Amino acid sequence: MTSTEQQPFLSVRDLKVHFSTEDGVVKAVDGLSFDLAKGQTLGIVGESGSGKSVTNLTILGLHDRHRTAIDGEILLDGTDLLTSTERQLERLRGNKMAMIFQDALASLSPYHTVGTQISEVYRKHTGASKRESRTRAVEMLRRVGIPQPDIRVDDYPHQFSGGMRQRAMIAMALVCDPELLIADEPTTALDVTVQAQIMDLLKDLQQEFGTAIVFITHDLGVIADIADDVLVMYGGRCVERGTKQEVLRNPQHPYTLGLLSSMPSLEGSVDVPLNPIPGSPPSLLNPPSGCRFHPRCAFAEKVPGGLCSTERPALDVVDGRGSACHLPMDQREEFFADFAGSRHH
Amino acid sequence: MSTTTPLLDVSGLTKHFPIKGGFPIRRTVGAVQAVDGLDFQVGEGESLGLVGESGCGKSTTGRLVTRLLEPTAGRISYRGQDITHASRTQLAPVRSEIQMIFQDPYASLNPRQTVGKIISGPMEINGINPTGGREARVRELLEIVGLNPEHYNRFPHEFSGGQRQRIGVARALALEPKLIVADEPVSALDVSIQAQVVNLLQKVQRELGIAFLFIAHDLAIVRHFSQRVAVMYLGKIVEIADRDELYGNPRHPYTRALLSAVPEATVDDVPRERIRLVGDVPSPINPPTGCRFRTRCWKATEKCATEAPPLVQAEGNKPGHLTACHYPETHEATVPAGRLAKDPGAAA
Repeated sequence: MTSTEQQPFLSVRDLKVHFSTEDGVVKAVDGLSFDLAKGQTLGIVGESGSGKSVTNLTILGLHDRHRTAIDGEILLDGTDLLTSTERQLERLRGNKMAMIFQDALASLSPYHTVGTQISEVYRKHTGASKRESRTRAVEMLRRVGIPQPDIRVDDYPHQFSGGMRQRAMIAMALVCDPELLIADEPTTALDVTVQAQIMDLLKDLQQEFGTAIVFITHDLGVIADIADDVLVMYGGRCVERGTKQEVLRNPQHPYTLGLLSSMPSLEGSVDVPLNPIPGSPPSLLNPPSGCRFHPRCAFAEKVPGGLCSTERPALDVVDGRGSACHLPMDQREEFFADFAGSRHH
Repeated sequence: MSTTTPLLDVSGLTKHFPIKGGFPIRRTVGAVQAVDGLDFQVGEGESLGLVGESGCGKSTTGRLVTRLLEPTAGRISYRGQDITHASRTQLAPVRSEIQMIFQDPYASLNPRQTVGKIISGPMEINGINPTGGREARVRELLEIVGLNPEHYNRFPHEFSGGQRQRIGVARALALEPKLIVADEPVSALDVSIQAQVVNLLQKVQRELGIAFLFIAHDLAIVRHFSQRVAVMYLGKIVEIADRDELYGNPRHPYTRALLSAVPEATVDDVPRERIRLVGDVPSPINPPTGCRFRTRCWKATEKCATEAPPLVQAEGNKPGHLTACHYPETHEATVPAGRLAKDPGAAA
């Protein structure tokens, strides 16, 4: 791959995650590679069942080890997480890497105060005293913008509003200054004005601590706001990657183009119907052959020899930019311009 | 809108949910003021969008209009007929003309019934026998919503989320309604599927001339679907206008902040300014006095705390553009720098 300058902080190489179920093997992630440097944000976009969440549970080692077959390599600062023992992982989780989830209410314990839950993480990893860790919890709550943190530290999660719970969870994730933060749809359940607050907060904290962030979302608008690089997933595979500007301005994969053109915007014409992607996301139990997007692709017929349905397109990445599509690059520009013509204003 | 009787006319609509408490005798100790004095109309074949954040009362409004909830006060009239407190029998003919589409396509279809049974249910209840029989009508409806009529005997679990929502649409269309209340009809669907369902609803609205009360939190989708849009905040309508007016010339500070907070999937060269709203939406149990938005508003004064601003046509507004604010925004209005965030969507 390309980053020759320095060792990336997080490096995922040809990751495969397969689950065996009663109905057969689910290939949730099927050959995924990416790098992430410190202080950078990688946005992973995909629909339900695209494998974006599974990827990140696997990074943290939160998958069910008995039912999952994993292949590939996940290097965090040089340590291979896939060959690490549970005990080694425990030392890393909450300390060096942390995660925030979509549903803050379900991720916090209803029986313990917010302060206890935050200070417990700190105590476990630093061995600090109860008093020290409580002070630390108050400080973290202040930093994430909870008003009156010295009082609210003794509240239970149900006493917090949705936005405040999400903040508390961020405080808990960041209490040990992790170097890697994985955020799985952290703003999806929130209203837009609160979502904007949380994203500002994450950006401020990243600037302060130099955290590397993997941000998983289905919302390309959120990606445009927070990510540096973007990875688009479909059916357990990466179909396109590049910088935010490259992917959103000049998508190279028909799926990315389809996503962008199916979204209504706050500007532009409203008289033309939206341009949806036909069909629905594939089942990973029995995924389509060849390119997994071909049954829904508007351009599959333009590729000679039915290549799209027989052969998996390679993801060629040059300087972090690439896409997995059989359509020749020079033809894409032309076809895509016609297709997206109605969208540009 | 014309001067003729609107299809749906709502005035002073209020719903307070009582809070019970106390021991040993449980009394009403307070009320959640979910909806507080709404006035709006929906014309024949028109689509009115209702936007707002969670807890603003938009879903409650939908349920009041369909009479799934009993209003505390106010008046709902349908084609000039007062249905606010109409009895079940009085409501029966109206019910068939007002239908609803729900948010969750998994919870709103009975898993034990076939698609045919689900869609013909409304006809059965209302004793309607279309010419050619119910089954033929159901097959026709399946075709309209873009499903295979051969799927008549299948069960909901055999369909994907988007297809299920189509079944919900077919059921709503079964009685040839005049008004459909759609409560977040696409928010549970994947992005690539949302556009399919929005297009379907738009086709239905245009071709069958059905009026819509379209409830959603996604401002871009509401803009795409609705001719007029009402913005709600904490149980009140703060602004209502024609679509282009509302999105192009928002006069209420909340509308402006809300629009500026929507993340757009474009990378701009010039940073978009985003208004930072501090704090959370206050509790509807004990809403702020006066203007309910004042606790988060950068323009609030003494007057806002004492006097609730009426929903009126602010100076310089087009007819039909109503704003509930003492100090309506203008295009050039400046927001204090502390409340602004540069949109990082801009190219670095």
